[in-house]
Amino acid sequence: MIRLENVSMTYDDQHTYALNHVSLTIEDGEFVFIVGDSGAGKTTLFKLLIKEMQPTSGEIFVNGKAVTRLRRRKIPMLRREIGVVFQNFRLLKDRNVYENIAFAQRAISAPTKDINKNVAEVLTLTGISEKYRSFPDQLSGGEQQRVALARALVNKPSILLADEPTGNLDPGNSRAIMEILEEINRRGTTVIVVTHNHEIVRMMNKRVINLKNGMVANDIQEGGLAYER
Amino acid sequence: MKGNSFFYCLGQGFKGIKRNKVFFLASVATIAACVFMVGILLAVMMNINFVLKEAQDSVSITVFFDEDLNEAEIKEIGKRIEAWEEVSKIEFISAEDVWATFKESYFKDNPELAEGFAGDNPLASSASYAVYFNDIDQQKTIVDRLSSLTGVRKVNSSEVTANALSDVGKIVSIISLVIGVVLFCVSVFLISNTITTGITVRSEEIKIMKYVGATDFFVKSPFVFEGIIIGLIGAIIPLVILFFVYRSAISYIVNQFNTISDAFSMMPIAQVFTILVPVALILGAGIGLIGSIIATNKYIKV
Ligand SMILES: Nc1ncnc2c1ncn2[C@@H]1O[C@H](COP(=O)(O)OP(=O)(O)OP(=O)(O)O)[C@@H](O)[C@H]1O
Ligand SMILES: [Mg+2]
Repeated sequence: MIRLENVSMTYDDQHTYALNHVSLTIEDGEFVFIVGDSGAGKTTLFKLLIKEMQPTSGEIFVNGKAVTRLRRRKIPMLRREIGVVFQNFRLLKDRNVYENIAFAQRAISAPTKDINKNVAEVLTLTGISEKYRSFPDQLSGGEQQRVALARALVNKPSILLADEPTGNLDPGNSRAIMEILEEINRRGTTVIVVTHNHEIVRMMNKRVINLKNGMVANDIQEGGLAYER
Repeated sequence: MKGNSFFYCLGQGFKGIKRNKVFFLASVATIAACVFMVGILLAVMMNINFVLKEAQDSVSITVFFDEDLNEAEIKEIGKRIEAWEEVSKIEFISAEDVWATFKESYFKDNPELAEGFAGDNPLASSASYAVYFNDIDQQKTIVDRLSSLTGVRKVNSSEVTANALSDVGKIVSIISLVIGVVLFCVSVFLISNTITTGITVRSEEIKIMKYVGATDFFVKSPFVFEGIIIGLIGAIIPLVILFFVYRSAISYIVNQFNTISDAFSMMPIAQVFTILVPVALILGAGIGLIGSIIATNKYIKV
C-alpha cells in the first residue's frame, strides 16, 4: 500500500510547489493512471516514492515503511519493492537485452542459478524473448520499452511505476505495452502509470488521479469515461 | 558479500580497467614510480643500516685503568661494566697481550731486542677492556659513565666515525620519509582521479543499479577492486625492475671496489626483497584502496 499524507515538495531553486499538500492512498493490487499537464508534479511524485529526494513536508508510506524517515542504509530494500520504468528507457547500450535485464538481478546479488530463469520469465512476459541477444540500438522504440519493462520486473517488485511508458510509441505498440501492464497487474503487482495519452486512459477505464499545479485536481475510480477533453 | 557477488564485483573491476585503458596505464605508471622510489629508498636505507650495523659491531670503546690496580681488581670492574644494559659484550686485553702484539710488529726483525724486556713488561699498565655496545647513539653516554668509574684512567673512543654514521642514517631516513609521503599523496590523488573518471563513464550504470536496489557497498566495490588491482600491478612492475637494478648494483660494487669489498658489502638480495616485496604490495594496494575509497565516497551517493 502507498499512502501520502500532506506531501509538499519545492525544489531549491523554485518558488512554486512541485507538489502541494498531496494526500492519497493506493491499495495493493490497484492499477492507477496519473495524468496532468507537463510540470504538474507526476515525475516528482515517483521520485519521492523511491526516496530519490526528500519531500519538503508530509509523510510517505510504502508497504508499511515510513519512506520519509527511512535511513539511508535501508533505501536499497525500499527500491527492491518498487520497479521503475523511466521516461527514456535508460538501457545500457554496451550490453545486449539479456545482460541489461540480468544486470538488475546481479545488482541485488540474486543467486546465479536463479538469474537465467527469472530473466527468461520476464522476457516471455514482455514478449521480447527472440531478441534477447540484440543490443538496444538494434531495437525499435516499442521493443526497447519492453526491455525496460522486463528489467523493472525481473526483481519481482510489489509495485511498478511507469513514467510515460508509451510516450514515443505508436498506437499499436502503446496498446501492447498496456496489455503487458494489465497482465502484470493481474498477477498481483500494484501498477502506477503516468501518461499523457488520453485514448489509453479512456480505453483502460482504471482509476485516474489528475494532478494540476502539484495538487490533486480529481481522483476518480474507473475514470476512463470521466476523463474527456 | 556473497561469493558470487564477490566474483561479479571483481570481474566488473577488471572490466572497468579494460574499458578505461589510458587512465589505467597512467595510474599504473604513477604508482609504479612511487613504489619504485620508495623501493630504492628502502633498499638504500636497509643497506646503510646494514653497513652501519656492521660498523657498529666493530666500533668499541677502550677503557684503561689506574696503574696501581692489579688484574683481579680490573676484572672486578669489568664484571660491573658487562652488566650494563647498553653494553653488548666486553673483551679483556691483558698487558701481556698488548706486549705480544707490540713485540710482533716492532721487534719482528730483531727479536733479541725484545728479549731485553723479558719479565719486565714495559706496557704493564696497558691492560684494557674493549667495550662493545648495542646502539651507536649511546656511545657518548657510555663514555661518560665509564669515565666516572673509580679506577678508570682513560677512555678512548672514535666519536667522529660513530656520529657521522648515525647522522647519515638519520638524514637518509628523513629524506626518504618526505619523498615517500609526497609520492604517496600524488599517487593517491592520481588514482582517485582515475577511479572518478571510471565512475563518470559508468554513471548511467550506477544510476540504474541504485534504482533497482543495489546496496552502496555493491555499487562501490567494483571501483575499489579496480583501484586495488591497479595498485598491485603498479607495485609488481617496479619490484621486477628493482630486482634487476639491485642485482647489477651488487655486481658493479663487487667489481668496482674489489679490493675493499669486505669493508663495503651490500645486503644480500634475498634479504632485501623479503622486506621489499610485502612493503611494495601493501603500498600499491593501499594507494589503490585509499584512492578508490576517496573517489567512491565523493561521487557515489544513494
Ligand atoms: N530537479 C529539478 N530542479 C528544479 N525544479 C524541478 C526539478 N525537477 C522538476 N522540477 C520542477 O518541478 C515541477 C514538477 O516537475 P515534474 O518533473 O514532476 O513534472 P511532470 O508532471 O513529470 O512533467 P512532465 O509531464 O513534463 O514529465 C516543474 O515545475 C519542474 O520545473
Ligand atoms: Mg515527468
